[in-house]
Amino acid sequence: MNTTLEPSRLAPADMMRASLIGLRTRRLRSVLSALGIVIGIAAMVGVLGLSESSKSDLLAQLDRLGTNMLRIEAGSGIGIGSGVLPDESTAMVARIGPVQQVASISETEARVYRTDLVPSGQTGGISVAAVDENLLMTLQGQMASGVFLDQAASNLPVVVLGSVAAERLGVSAGDNGTIVWLGDEWFSVVGLMETLDLSPDLDRSALVSYAAADAYLDHEGVPGTIYVRTDPDDIDDVRTVLPATVNPESPDEVEVTRPSDALEAKEAADQAFTNLLLGLGAVALLVGGVGIANVMVISVLERRGEIGLRRALGATKRHISIQFLGESLLLATIGGIGGVLLGGAVTAAYAWSRGWGVLIPTVAIVGGMGAAIAIGVLAGLYPAMRAARVSPTEALRTL
Amino acid sequence: MSLAPAGSPSTTLTSGDNSTVLSLSEVTKTYAGTPPVHALRDVNLDICSGELVAVVGPSGSGKSTLLHVVGTLDRATSGTVAVAGHDVDQLNDKQLSSLRSRHIGFVFQQFFLLAGETALDNVADGLLYTGMALSNRRVLGEQALAQVGLAHRMDHEATKLSGGERQRVAIARALIGSPDIILADEPTGNLDSQTGEDLVQLIENLNATGTTIVVITHDKDMAARFPRRVSLLDGRVVEDTRKTEDRCAP
Repeated sequence: MNTTLEPSRLAPADMMRASLIGLRTRRLRSVLSALGIVIGIAAMVGVLGLSESSKSDLLAQLDRLGTNMLRIEAGSGIGIGSGVLPDESTAMVARIGPVQQVASISETEARVYRTDLVPSGQTGGISVAAVDENLLMTLQGQMASGVFLDQAASNLPVVVLGSVAAERLGVSAGDNGTIVWLGDEWFSVVGLMETLDLSPDLDRSALVSYAAADAYLDHEGVPGTIYVRTDPDDIDDVRTVLPATVNPESPDEVEVTRPSDALEAKEAADQAFTNLLLGLGAVALLVGGVGIANVMVISVLERRGEIGLRRALGATKRHISIQFLGESLLLATIGGIGGVLLGGAVTAAYAWSRGWGVLIPTVAIVGGMGAAIAIGVLAGLYPAMRAARVSPTEALRTL
Repeated sequence: MSLAPAGSPSTTLTSGDNSTVLSLSEVTKTYAGTPPVHALRDVNLDICSGELVAVVGPSGSGKSTLLHVVGTLDRATSGTVAVAGHDVDQLNDKQLSSLRSRHIGFVFQQFFLLAGETALDNVADGLLYTGMALSNRRVLGEQALAQVGLAHRMDHEATKLSGGERQRVAIARALIGSPDIILADEPTGNLDSQTGEDLVQLIENLNATGTTIVVITHDKDMAARFPRRVSLLDGRVVEDTRKTEDRCAP
């Protein structure tokens, strides 16, 4: 009798079943070894998700605030300038064609206190500035309560407080009409501003009109800072001509900046931090992969009897290696799925706590799963080859 | 319902065939070392279809080596080994796997059942590497379990059964594909005497239905019950109780 030998075959469903045996019978170990991958993938997905959510929030913020605002300041210090801009600079800037809005600020010497009984040294770091009535509109700011300075009240002793200034003075929303001791006069608080993203220094200021500053604080009203809104298409041109327009005699003493650049720079700094965290996530993933390889090598040693049995049942070396490779792949895939879910949950929770929209990039999910699978294959290759090389007679003699 | 395993020989062997299932001619097995170990020396052995043979000998006599060589788990150093008509020397590793998957059944002293699987699925694994679908393997597995008297235990986790039951599951796993020969290595070695006795009866009953079985044992009393005994000592066959006229049909 000599029949033709049909090759040994292992159906795909049986291959999957064989690969699951190790995971099913050693559940705790499987969970712990997959945990390394979970942490690595979660870190990477979380970092990318948070970075994207943060960036999306920043873009929305920039979109809301606009990037067409310029800030003009007088240079101060030896050889740089006097710290003030020429009287007529605001009017000169307003004459530039593409300029849409101009608002100026002039720092005063006055200080503001909750009452006249507060010692003069306890200023709370709050400055008092005279401002144009259209400053809020130019800065795209919002009122937390009350109203901003307007033409009707320009001659009255009224003041608007920045968010930090209000907090330090103990004035909160709903306290409109509260009086504060400003200079040597009582001023009524008519409004509190929300935080100003493009000009955070104004959050620590008490703002009065130029007329009130002149009438009650004896302030001359020379502008120190000018905010300009321009046609977005012409912002670079406007930026170029501004120094000479503001101070034709000494254009070098004029500093022109774009506040939105600071936000973008912050984002760039965040990106560098993101890359660092991504690197840490990759290290965690690598450690997870080494963990899986370690567990698989131990598994091969422990399951020599099973390997011997399978060879006796007709498994080829390839069947054995595929079984162990499949087991490693399954471990890593489970870890990858867990990592994507955990990373997504962390991103969602953090973004929610910061009031951002949740944005998990597809590349993080696909890349995370891809990385997990790649790690699974790499971690499983050596143990799989080792399992395939086990001599069946040695394996059966083990126990 | 009767299902033939995928790729099984078209000719089904029965107890009446009396054809040669296993043939060893001048087989030696030497392990390298200083000095080299001659585990088998010039072994000549024919086993016919339907035979029940005990290979008996003391520890170190070469019994396990003979089982591994006959079971194609190891290759002879010299000589010829033919299993189910296939010259083992001419087969590569993949072909040997194929030969084992369809023509040889194994029963081990340590049972080697897979944890976390039912008795039925352990038995069904006997045909795992033939590519047969699990549902079909389970049908054959039920029949094999019934044959060893364990039909009522098929859904129990195999590794939680008693020793005797576990060995019956292992025998059913070896039986499931109706292999040409079943090789049992000390099948009663891990069982108490009564359970061992029951198992020997089961082996005799299976042989009575035509299954060719070779039992490796050091238990002379058990070997004495079998129709044919092959005694090994220092790697040589020192006794074969088969009569010359009982040679296998060509």
